[in-house]
Amino acid sequence: MISLLSAIGADAVNWSRAQFALTAIYHWLFVPLTLGLALIVGIMETCYYRTGSPFWKETTRFWQKLFGINFAMGVATGIVLEFEFGTNWSNYSWLVGDVFGAPLAIEGIVAFFLEATFVGVMFFGWEKVSKRAHLAATWLTGIGATISAWWILVANAWMQYPTGQKFNPDTMRNEMTSFADVALSPFAVNKFFHSITSAWIIGALFVVAVSCYYLFRKRREGRDAEGERKVAVHSIKIATIVGLVTSLLAMFTGDKLSYVVAQVQPMKLAAMEALYDGGNGVELVGVELLNPFQQPDYASGEEAALKIAVPNMLSLLATHSLDGYVPGINDIIKGGYTMPDGTVAPSLDEKMSRGKLAVGALSSYREAKKAGDAATVEKNKKILDENIKYFGYGYVSDAEQTVPFVPVCFWSFRVMVGLGALFTLFFIVALFYAYKRDFANTRWLHVAGIVMLPLGYIASEAGWVLAELGRQPWTIQDILPTWIAVSDVGVGSVMLTFFIFLVLFTTLLIVEVSIMSKAVRKGPALSEAARK
Amino acid sequence: MTYDFLQHYWWFLVSLLGALLVFMMFVQGANGAMFCIARSEDERRLVVGATGRKWELTFTTLVTFGGAFFASFPLFYSTSFGGAYWIWMIILLTFVLQAVSYEFQNKLGNILGQKTFRRFLILNGLLGPLLIGGAVGTFFNGSNFVVDKMGIAAGEISPIISRWANASHGLDVLLDPWTIVMGLAVMFLARSLGVLYIVHNIDNENIRSRGNVQLIWSALPFVLLFVAFLVHVLLKDGFGYVPDTGEIVVVPHKYLGNFVEMWYVALMLVVGVVLYLYGVVRTLVAKRFFCGIWYSGVGTVLAVLSLLLCAGWNNTAYYPSLADLQSSLTIENSCSSEFTLSVMSVVSILIPFVVAYIAYVWHLIERKNPSEQPATEGKN
Repeated sequence: MISLLSAIGADAVNWSRAQFALTAIYHWLFVPLTLGLALIVGIMETCYYRTGSPFWKETTRFWQKLFGINFAMGVATGIVLEFEFGTNWSNYSWLVGDVFGAPLAIEGIVAFFLEATFVGVMFFGWEKVSKRAHLAATWLTGIGATISAWWILVANAWMQYPTGQKFNPDTMRNEMTSFADVALSPFAVNKFFHSITSAWIIGALFVVAVSCYYLFRKRREGRDAEGERKVAVHSIKIATIVGLVTSLLAMFTGDKLSYVVAQVQPMKLAAMEALYDGGNGVELVGVELLNPFQQPDYASGEEAALKIAVPNMLSLLATHSLDGYVPGINDIIKGGYTMPDGTVAPSLDEKMSRGKLAVGALSSYREAKKAGDAATVEKNKKILDENIKYFGYGYVSDAEQTVPFVPVCFWSFRVMVGLGALFTLFFIVALFYAYKRDFANTRWLHVAGIVMLPLGYIASEAGWVLAELGRQPWTIQDILPTWIAVSDVGVGSVMLTFFIFLVLFTTLLIVEVSIMSKAVRKGPALSEAARK
Repeated sequence: MTYDFLQHYWWFLVSLLGALLVFMMFVQGANGAMFCIARSEDERRLVVGATGRKWELTFTTLVTFGGAFFASFPLFYSTSFGGAYWIWMIILLTFVLQAVSYEFQNKLGNILGQKTFRRFLILNGLLGPLLIGGAVGTFFNGSNFVVDKMGIAAGEISPIISRWANASHGLDVLLDPWTIVMGLAVMFLARSLGVLYIVHNIDNENIRSRGNVQLIWSALPFVLLFVAFLVHVLLKDGFGYVPDTGEIVVVPHKYLGNFVEMWYVALMLVVGVVLYLYGVVRTLVAKRFFCGIWYSGVGTVLAVLSLLLCAGWNNTAYYPSLADLQSSLTIENSCSSEFTLSVMSVVSILIPFVVAYIAYVWHLIERKNPSEQPATEGKN
């Protein structure tokens, strides 16, 4: 931990990054469970609505209780993220607020209120509203949370693939030109479906793990034991179906997202594959001995030892052609290869010089405008328009700054994909045992089910680590590097708030885990009618 | 829709959200007064249960207020949040603590103990309204910041668009006595609304009689502080701008002038104040009148809305800079583009529907008196 903290550079940019990463990592511990449990609870309550069975009602209420314990922390960490865009990234807020703020505002107006209003009915409305109205409230809570995820992922996707905007030199910011391009960009669509399906997997893993715990623990026979066993068996039947379907969907959407990343963020793809020198028909590395703590010497092109790879597979995944060209880190720096849109990639030097040209033209444009010199205004506007695509490179001073930390990208990708494949396998086996064999008495499967839950969180977080560290140094891809996006807040202040949040979130996480454990240990305690 | 209309429309919406937030802070007010109006553990559980069904809406209003401000006036978001770093961080921390306190405090396994989370609720109940009120106060009193959009084009290594003019990162606003007056006014306002909400919501004679005493001791300071602040605002010079050039100028009695020129805003303020006072006074004098929260609540929304409209409309700089007058923010120089405001305006058509279903659901949940139900889910 201490070495991790000491690795954070001693400036406000790095501490602001660390603070945002800390908040995002904690936020993503709670959000997937909210999204995933909302779906499963919705299905269970639908079973209750259709059958009128007290068992389904009490089972739904039990899982809703666990949903509630988790829910508040997701809300609490979420507001911190929203405010940190302003507090820690004030340049960013101004330069892209016109584009980024819109999805955030729509998220608030459309989704947050839906979620916040109906979650109250879900918890407090059981005896106050009709069965149908309560079912609607439960689904609307989940739908609200999902719509909320949509808009924030649209905002995040725009940072990875900025589209539908134009830089306005008069207002000194990027302004939206097409809402549809922002909201429905291929990056946004694929990112949403991949994130949401991965969250549903977490929900399924959680329900399976808690149910497996009930089946595994040696509780004295009695009413409670009988009840929790019944809840566990029926919950597993639902969760394994949800888990398998969403695992397969996550693989499909993951493939789609990787393809888009290959098109618009080639450096991220090269980093996650530790691909230094690309080419045609590139292999997909399964695993290799890449030092996880040190940036490799990519310039020399030296590969790590013990590489196991599938020939041509990376080309197939990245270009949908077995012989397709995939650039490596050095290729992206050198340029000269043909990009997916058919144009020749400029070298980093060219991007940097065009970026500086854009920054200089912007300055001259503003001065000329102030002086009322129309000809100079026009001239610099033209230069700016021609080079604005590389504006962010105007603040880059060397190639190293543009390469993300390769080991983290490489290993987080493998952890995410490897565990994703493991979950698919697990859900196939679990589903088979739940419907065709005796899941309730297969103890090794209970242990496996419990072990899967922490692995699920690791996979989910690894996905976000890859997504966010893989696009470094860009806050907005090619437009805004992190050191230009940051607020003018002293490093001491940011360090202090970092540690305040670290202590606060960690303490609250411990409390939540403690409460959740107690609630799980206590079990569902079904009534007589529900046990029948 | 012209760009000018859109700017005014979005300032109205942001002001409305701000006004609703101040009203919804009755949750904070009730929590701040918890130990004064509820003596026994059972009574406290009733109070926590009553506010526990509403905190989500207050929280969501705050989040939406932030999101809407970000989208419609990004330069304010950038300048105020990035500049007054510590003020917003403290507000944030207290709301984070509040969010988890309801869910965690009565649960088995709460290793911090119930009292800790109750204290968090009280902390949020006092500091939240105080600091948010103080932030509203800066709309009239000004803050120390500098905006320089050219910084980004100057080729500097770490260019900054807006910065706080001193090293306090926002804490200096607490040294302005009028900002404190406004902060305290909002704190006592939230407390009085909280008491009115509890009196309306909990059918318990002891709580109601103690509530009436607390209502006097919160409404009275609020009225005094609010009147003092209002007189100060009406008499002071304000910050206006010249529409054609965008130049910021000091205008004698600007806010008084705004109320005169925008008579409908002044009327809204008067109606708001009268409604607030009606709700409070009738609750105090009529034995079986418990609906004061509705009158005072609507009055609060109208009064706060009128103040915020006065701060932003009629060519007024809503976020004045004391360090550099020309850095002051107006709805014209800090807003989003016409296209973005147009798109969001289409989405804003949904707002009446959102308000309608919130009101309907609120009505459904409140049909049965909460004092007849368990206050929270209890020890689960």
